Amino acid sequence: MEKTALKGGEFLIRDVEAKDIFIPEEWNEEQKMIAQTCEDFIATEVHPKLDEIDSQKNPDIIPNLLDKAGELGLLGTSVPEALGGFGMPFNTTMLVSEVTGKGFSFAVALSAHTGIGTLPILYYGNEEQKQKYVTKLATGEWKAAYCLTEPDSGSDANSGKTKAVLSEDGTHYLLTGQKMWITNGGFADIFIVFAKIEDDKNLTAFIIEKEFGGITMNDEEKKLGIKGSSTRQIFFNDCKVPVENMLSERENGFKIAVNILNIGRIKLGAAAIGGSKAALTEGIKYGNERKQFGKSLTEFGAIKNKIAEMAVRIYASEGAHYRAGQNIDDAYDAFIAEGMEAGKARLKALEEFAIECAMLKVHGSEVLDFTVDEALQIGGGMGYSADGPFERPYRDARINRIFEGTNEINRMLTIDMMLKRAMKGTLDLMGPAQKVAGELMSIPDFSAATDDSLFGKEKKYLSNLKKAGLMVAGGAVQKLMANLSDEQEVLMNLADMMIEGYVAESVILRVEKLVGMKGEDACKIQIDMAKIFLHNAMENIGRAGREALYAFAEGDEMRMMLMGLKRFTKEEPFNVKEARRRVADYVIAKNEYAF
Amino acid sequence: MKILVCITHVPDTTSKISFTEGDTKFDSTGVQYIIGPYDDYAIARAVELKESNGAAITVLNVGGVETEPTIRKALAIGADEAIRVNAAPADSLFVAQQIAHVAKDGSYDLILMGRESIDYNGGQVHAMVGEILGIPSISPVMKLEIEGSKAIMSREIEGGKEFLEAELPFVAGCQEPIAEWKIPNMRGIMTARTKPLNVVEPVSEDAAVTYGTYEMPAPKSGVKMASSVDELVDLLKNDAKVL
Repeated sequence: MEKTALKGGEFLIRDVEAKDIFIPEEWNEEQKMIAQTCEDFIATEVHPKLDEIDSQKNPDIIPNLLDKAGELGLLGTSVPEALGGFGMPFNTTMLVSEVTGKGFSFAVALSAHTGIGTLPILYYGNEEQKQKYVTKLATGEWKAAYCLTEPDSGSDANSGKTKAVLSEDGTHYLLTGQKMWITNGGFADIFIVFAKIEDDKNLTAFIIEKEFGGITMNDEEKKLGIKGSSTRQIFFNDCKVPVENMLSERENGFKIAVNILNIGRIKLGAAAIGGSKAALTEGIKYGNERKQFGKSLTEFGAIKNKIAEMAVRIYASEGAHYRAGQNIDDAYDAFIAEGMEAGKARLKALEEFAIECAMLKVHGSEVLDFTVDEALQIGGGMGYSADGPFERPYRDARINRIFEGTNEINRMLTIDMMLKRAMKGTLDLMGPAQKVAGELMSIPDFSAATDDSLFGKEKKYLSNLKKAGLMVAGGAVQKLMANLSDEQEVLMNLADMMIEGYVAESVILRVEKLVGMKGEDACKIQIDMAKIFLHNAMENIGRAGREALYAFAEGDEMRMMLMGLKRFTKEEPFNVKEARRRVADYVIAKNEYAF
Repeated sequence: MKILVCITHVPDTTSKISFTEGDTKFDSTGVQYIIGPYDDYAIARAVELKESNGAAITVLNVGGVETEPTIRKALAIGADEAIRVNAAPADSLFVAQQIAHVAKDGSYDLILMGRESIDYNGGQVHAMVGEILGIPSISPVMKLEIEGSKAIMSREIEGGKEFLEAELPFVAGCQEPIAEWKIPNMRGIMTARTKPLNVVEPVSEDAAVTYGTYEMPAPKSGVKMASSVDELVDLLKNDAKVL
């Protein structure tokens, strides 16, 4: 069956059919076995050592675990077979990220090594560089770190001051500068370092071996969470880098940094989903065991409400991640069919869905923070105790909203990328936005009331949410024009509307497809979850939309758009309390997040 | 050396157990299945022997098509080929007869399996297979080395350790620490689908046992906190009636 191929960002202006998305219930036997291997590895090798890892008393513990992960092949999932890896599809590598995402500090080391450490060379290196480095990184023989951030250059990455100067004989660069927050810094053999050659405007990337010399580092940073993850400040002082170790072309570093972060972003979201599932399961287990007033905590409505909300958000976000992951795989296949080289095709596919990657980084990391917080709350005093199962997840989760581009940067990128594509003509936002503006003047469409098929009403809501997004975004662009980038609060509102809408559509489509596979009776809880998420999304989109409109619109125009927004976020009464209870009762009986 | 490893397809140890049809059938709804944990050690030891001594490993399961993911996991761990006897494992004797039938044709040097399955926990199949084939069967085996045509084994017994030797071929019921438990690696998983998995029909033998009904253990009673020694003595005497 032919799929409707959606381009990146088109979710806002086009509808997708359930059959055209991938859902996690479709993992095949091999993918399930891969996930089980990751699960077993984390449970048997990593979890028993969490305290030892976080104490940082044994600097070899994480490198040794990476070696073991390498023996299992977990470091080479994204690497082609010709370079010693397994060349798995992108979605499968996301699944690996999800499951290993339960590994706390170790998960950070693993994802930094396999993601931002290995991929710059894999995607931008020449053949010699790939043969020399990627083959060793795929097995874990060498470990990698990524050095972008500097003391005065964080989110504004291209403003870095690290300098590279060509030697007189032209054989090498002398690299000098300071890099901060370098994950895996303490034990890495290879550093991907971004620096400016002489007075260049843009960064250039280099592959630096520890053995090149001129590298010193501070002690391990003391952090709120992921305490076992090696985080160093690194100083390069006339570090002698052979010219052949320049990665890609001069001044191409910023592009490399951005594109590699795109991949890291969606995988970070997937890892956060893995962490969320584990945290919720801990919350359910504790709630089932702990008794107060003669009842288990999970018998109380206030606790059920929390449990259901966590489950709903995890389920929805998970579906959105793998929907986008499959889009990336499909785009890759299409580029390959056009004759594009594999590495380039992978990058182009990721670039195509960079908007979704940024949105899901935000959503996944915020679902995680919500979940660790609410699970801890179920724990009460035990939740706050460092001896309980909630404290480490709570602390370790927090970094995810900061690294790989803060969530604020990613929200701005979401809108920025959409508008840039609209300007370039690759994403037709203006046509549909004008259509919605026209609709504001017309008589409201009441057809939804008569559609009582499964999700008939919800599909109408989704279509309305897209209109709400288009109307507010279109209005903001028209009104604020070039000043939009200075109105970051409005950009945050717009991004929230996009993210909530995308995830809501994903969960409705996921459950619709699942019902097609298993029948409605077997999917009652999933149907509840989809409806609850959509209900939340409508509330959140309505609020974000109103705030944006209050900020930039005025007079009749504002009144008209507010009325439109009200119409587009209007929902028939839905007993969300009872739906949440049904979801909660299901996972409480299973004693785990059971989807 | 040719090794036959027999595996069971059993509910995960964390499964919630319940019954249907008037408590006469195990309710498999939503249950995850795994390789029997003792069988897992048998595979792991076979793979270690393959690495140290060289061996061809055939993995065998008596079960329906639903057991194939479990069988392929054994292939991913390191078995070279698999045989599935296409029948529900009715009881120990039925399973032993199927294994013996396959083993007769295969001239295996070593037949390994777990000391017992973890569903019905019969712990009899290895002995029955040995009996049918007329070769020794030893269980549990906690250490196993092969030297030439001889197997050198040890196991823990009440108050000490027992050392044994047997000539090949023979049957061993394995238990930890016979081998280091193995997680299938990516290469193993990706090559598992290319390894042969042959389905054979069972030799017709009837089950010797019929299962009646099942009963769940009584739920644990609540904990009573005694506020004084006198109260504790009273509770032990009159409530628990153990004094």
